[in-house]
Amino acid sequence: MKELVIISGKGGTGKTSIAASFAHLAGNLVTADCDVDAANLHLVMSPVVRRATGFSGGKTAVLDQGMCSGCGKCLELCRYDAVSEEDGIYKIDKTACEGCGVCAYFCPVKAIDMVDDENGEWYVSDTAYGPMVHARLNAGGENSGKLVTLVRGQARRIAKDGDFKVILVDGSPGIGCPVIASITGADAILAVTEPSMSGLHDLKRVVGLAGHFGIRVLVAVNKFDINPDMTDKVLEFVKNEQLEMAGRVHYDIDVTLAQVEGKSVVEFSDGRAASDIRELWRNTAESLELEV
Amino acid sequence: MKIAIASGKGGTGKTTVAVNLAAIAQLNGKRSVYVDCDVEEPNGHIFLKPEIDSQQTVTNPVPVIDDEKCDSCGECGKICHFNAIAVILDSVLVFPELCHGCGGCFHACPKGAITESPREVGKIEAGRSYQVEASGKEGIGFIHGILNLNEAMAVPVIRAVRKMIPESEWVVIDAPPGTSCSMVATVRDADYVLLVTEPTPFGLHDLELAYRTVRDLDITAGVVVNRAGTGDSGVGEFCAREGIEILAEIPESREIAEIYSRGSVIINEDEGFASIMAELMKKVEKRIMAEQR
Amino acid sequence: MKIAITAVGPSEEDEMDQRFGRTKYFMIYDTEAGEYQSLSNSSAAAESQGAGIRTGELLSNNGVGALITGHVGPKAFSTLIAAKIKVFSGGKGKVSEIVSRYLAGELKETKGPDVNSHWT
Ligand code: SF4
Ligand code: SF4
Repeated sequence: MKELVIISGKGGTGKTSIAASFAHLAGNLVTADCDVDAANLHLVMSPVVRRATGFSGGKTAVLDQGMCSGCGKCLELCRYDAVSEEDGIYKIDKTACEGCGVCAYFCPVKAIDMVDDENGEWYVSDTAYGPMVHARLNAGGENSGKLVTLVRGQARRIAKDGDFKVILVDGSPGIGCPVIASITGADAILAVTEPSMSGLHDLKRVVGLAGHFGIRVLVAVNKFDINPDMTDKVLEFVKNEQLEMAGRVHYDIDVTLAQVEGKSVVEFSDGRAASDIRELWRNTAESLELEV
Repeated sequence: MKIAIASGKGGTGKTTVAVNLAAIAQLNGKRSVYVDCDVEEPNGHIFLKPEIDSQQTVTNPVPVIDDEKCDSCGECGKICHFNAIAVILDSVLVFPELCHGCGGCFHACPKGAITESPREVGKIEAGRSYQVEASGKEGIGFIHGILNLNEAMAVPVIRAVRKMIPESEWVVIDAPPGTSCSMVATVRDADYVLLVTEPTPFGLHDLELAYRTVRDLDITAGVVVNRAGTGDSGVGEFCAREGIEILAEIPESREIAEIYSRGSVIINEDEGFASIMAELMKKVEKRIMAEQR
Repeated sequence: MKIAITAVGPSEEDEMDQRFGRTKYFMIYDTEAGEYQSLSNSSAAAESQGAGIRTGELLSNNGVGALITGHVGPKAFSTLIAAKIKVFSGGKGKVSEIVSRYLAGELKETKGPDVNSHWT
């Protein structure tokens, strides 16, 4: 069983379009959408939800006004500016609460409770290309790292039980907790970038992170024809860092049109981008020796 | 005035709008400040090329145990909600990467055995950008936060950046993408939020989430549609249904994409784009003034 | 001595779980009594972070002297060292089979963490 994670420093680099196309080309695999902050893969994979489970990322403090004696201890101790006072009435702002529980621990009249913060749902679904695990994080939901871990763990279990050979993960953007949770322990990442100054900058950060975890990195340049000079710079970086170049994809309006149709690019079109992605998949599958 | 620029996901043109909105204000004689709170991938500096004149580190206070005073009572391990401190047999283990710096263990220790020591998680750089021609002014104010590689928690860095924002007539805050805690921490005290999106199903889906987040925080939001004319009509229909104002539409343009990929400020090179930004600035200003009245 | 084995279910006929912090169950084998007991780890396994630390704590509180599992991350490993619990790498198979191998002295002691943190 091999696990490939598709990531990009930022979202919007075509990562999800490539992931959906890979699923179509592989035909039979487990997919996991770990971009839980902006989960999009389900929009082009037509999943049929089999099971939905609630998710709680952490705790949040709830103050019982009736019990509060107005001593102000919570306001004094909270380091996240989540407690406020007006006319002797104390309030906790849920959106600022970090869930540390210090206020609840020290409240002399036990007026504060730490309760589970329901902040999302995760799903196991069926698609035309095998099972898919995905999630939805509520607005302002905390701790997407935990949700990512959950989604990936579930995908692995399904792959193991069903004897699937490949897990394809649509990873989170950035370099923080969710992306660390997306890539640790994976066999390889495919970093999708765009030929721009910021794309290269983000690619460097992501590659640094992957290096820290000792994960193999493949690189793809999307919309490479928009700026050939920058594409050359990306290629130079890839060469200097001794990373593997897996392919490049033309700028093509079909990528957007496929999205509008709710389909993957390779399913929707035979255009330039579609054939580039086919080649990208061949290179990736060959290089990682994916059994599909 | 503090305007936060957010989007449900990255790559929608959020930084482009933020940078150029700060630039156009400067060009129009305002004292403008650009603040990058996208601390995982701060990109604004690529375009504004600021001259950095001050730097500071962002730290998180983590516990240090005085073995002489500690009697292994276990209280610190009980209060910590993040498993950053554990008392095993007669030793206290601290895991600084997990610590949120809440001070719980420090306050809870009955023996006074815990002190706090700062641990670096990121840094903040501030300076000025001279990319825009605006005579008699001292350049666009610039602040950005950078999360250290391999650090998981962005919020402390964002909080520290927010504390450094000066009072100014025009502050543009580039928010992290998504709708999670980092984005909320960034936009929570903004006067107005601009949500940048693309007219595609992905864009619409992420816009809906971002809009709900901002609405729950009770902040007024408007929408900027980037790459207008490429996808479908979903975003427009959603905004009409929810009564959200679309303040600007930026057409899909190869020229804009090229200027962007070169890392330049677009209003300097594309007049059409500059006038869209100028118009956007005026509208945002009016909306905020109407709010405040 | 008590030996803990990570297990996918609450019986010695279940497979060993390769994960430490996120295992749902332990089978505790008492070498003196020659008997198994199951121990649930569901509360530690559900932690958002530091599951391995909590799990190490649980074993320490239950007086465990040795642990057999698949992979252990760095934080969990420090916790186990502090708890003076020896760690053995169990390979693959049913709990009962792995315990027999342990008793026959066939398992190797692990001297350090073998995976990065966040291994799911
Ligand atoms: S609370 Fe203080 S005395 Fe008790 S174990 Fe922790 S550091 Fe030691
Ligand atoms: S400061 Fe808070 S988060 Fe850090 S170890 Fe102490 S109790 Fe835990």
